[in-house]
Amino acid sequence: MNQKSQVQTPLTTIVSLSKTLNPECVQLLRVHFPQVAASAGKSLPEKVKIVEVGPRDGLQNEKTIVPAEVKICLIDMLSEAGLPVIEATSFVSPKWVPQMADQVEVMKGISKKPGVNYPVLTPNLKGFQAAVKAGATEVAIFGAASELFSKKNINCSVEESLQRFEEVAKAAKEQGVAVRGYVSCVLGCPYEGKVAPGKVAQVAKRLYAMGCYEISLGDTTGVGTPGGMIEMLEAVKHEVPVEALAVHCHDTYGQALANILVALQMGISVVDSSVAGLGGCPYAQGASGNVATEDVVYMLHGLGIQTGVDLAKLMDAGAFICQSLNRRTSSKVAQAACKL
Amino acid sequence: MGNVPAAVKHCLSHEALAQEHPWLLRWLVDEKSAAICDFPKAVKVVEVGPRDGLQNEKEMVPTGVKIQLIDMLSETGLPVIEATSFVSSKWVPQMADHAEVLKGISLAPHVRYPVLTPNMQGFHAAVDAGATEVAVFGSASETFCKNNINCSIEESFQRFKEIISSAKQAHIPVRGYVSCAVACPYEGHVEPAKVAEVAKRLYELGCYEVSLCDTTGVGTPGSMASMLKCVVKEVPTNALAVHCHDTYGQALANVLIALQMGISVVDSSVAGLGGCPFAKGATGNVSTEDVVYMLNGLGIETGVNLSKVIHAGEFICKALNRSTNSKVAQKNN
Repeated sequence: MNQKSQVQTPLTTIVSLSKTLNPECVQLLRVHFPQVAASAGKSLPEKVKIVEVGPRDGLQNEKTIVPAEVKICLIDMLSEAGLPVIEATSFVSPKWVPQMADQVEVMKGISKKPGVNYPVLTPNLKGFQAAVKAGATEVAIFGAASELFSKKNINCSVEESLQRFEEVAKAAKEQGVAVRGYVSCVLGCPYEGKVAPGKVAQVAKRLYAMGCYEISLGDTTGVGTPGGMIEMLEAVKHEVPVEALAVHCHDTYGQALANILVALQMGISVVDSSVAGLGGCPYAQGASGNVATEDVVYMLHGLGIQTGVDLAKLMDAGAFICQSLNRRTSSKVAQAACKL
Repeated sequence: MGNVPAAVKHCLSHEALAQEHPWLLRWLVDEKSAAICDFPKAVKVVEVGPRDGLQNEKEMVPTGVKIQLIDMLSETGLPVIEATSFVSSKWVPQMADHAEVLKGISLAPHVRYPVLTPNMQGFHAAVDAGATEVAVFGSASETFCKNNINCSIEESFQRFKEIISSAKQAHIPVRGYVSCAVACPYEGHVEPAKVAEVAKRLYELGCYEVSLCDTTGVGTPGSMASMLKCVVKEVPTNALAVHCHDTYGQALANVLIALQMGISVVDSSVAGLGGCPFAKGATGNVSTEDVVYMLNGLGIETGVNLSKVIHAGEFICKALNRSTNSKVAQKNN
């Protein structure tokens, strides 16, 4: 597309040339502002906050029902490992998620380490109220970027779900409870297939606007690859400040660490993961799900990024829960360190 | 399209512009993404399953199965398939049938079938068996070199010099490998400068390509980048390849950072064949299926048909009576 260059001032020229942001304009900008192009490189954050979702997202997807004491012990071990945020349980109806039936017992039983947050899932106002009663000081709400997924997962449209969440967010604000938002299916939907980055950005924006301090973008089926991650994050970053974003990658296709790496390069500094890679993918029999916290921490430490996590203690927690579940760890770091 | 006056870049700082014009901030965000998106258009995948993969499998694989595996891989579009190793069967019994394998496979046009040749004896045997490309294995660690091929790095280079010289005369291209490019199972961390030195020597001796191997899989994108930064100063980027092990789950992230640094040749093994001999129960080679899945998602051309690779992986896993290490293949089952 050709641009007429009516040069009144140099600045006007650049402005008019660049407004369309077509490739020729971008190239011109790169040439005339090399210092900008150089600084736009792949710098990584100094610190990354790890949000441990094993006790909730992980266990929720495990077939074996885990006794409350085991869950409490796991969470306490994770607290000792230095994780700053540990998703403790979910105040969802036990009819839907039997694994989380002991939500109140777990919430009341854990030793809350000072400085550590223990968010809990609250799908609706009822769950929120029960959570607060049980001592929760932070809650999480789960939106979706796919209509079909929303319908199948929580039996309502995306818009209806956002309205439910508005209620929860409002009540949380009144009671001084922090709210974290999740968007699922950000890189693909098990029913719809491809998901438009614009849709993800829209949902993230709504959650942020209603008061969520952080939005976690979930690649629910693990189909995403770094290219899709970059494209999606580009769209979302235009609507929500990058400091308020997190990524929640599934490793079903082995892409999680690569996806997390590009997310870090894009300025993301909060990563969700699950100890021992707990939590299979409910949409694919035999396939893995959540990325393993041990593998994420190993990569971050190798990159010189601070996490505050003690990898050895983390692996102990992983070994403990795998033994309780009578299953093998999904973490490669744990497998490599295994002396069996 | 008119030219922006040269005066522009002298009299305007981008910070001032960004303040006055929000569109520039938007462009900066996109520019950041563009820098991260700087991937090669095409990547050559070097399939090492039949050699590096099987060599590390406990189960002895019959010659017929090896040949069938390679023939299946030849149908997938993989441009390079490392067929076997002309190493003494005393050391590597799995590769005892090297001549039979090389003679038995159907050589597909447009596919190359390099074979390992650790010494002149192996080289001659390879040529006799019809090899048209060979590979030599260097090391960036003295201890590893001693334990692996029973000589020092310097002595190994004397051997390689002979092989490469003979190969040159016979118009046979030679690929070089540098093992322990990030760390050594005995020495621990390996200095990037040492890796660069060994890579440079292999290249200068005449290797057309040098594959940098994270032998123990301990590398992360951080250590990978540090090593590559050093090596690309000594060897042209287009003559380099990465050979990542997934023992600590870091392989795809390491491959990704290598791609961002301009590397466009990646070694991998179908079904992630080949355990890590240095860590019991741990995985080894990164699986071709997972690599190709990532490259496809990035829009990078490989010429490889993923379903056919998965199919070949299923075949060899059945023959080995083991489950695949590829997550893509697991999902496919």
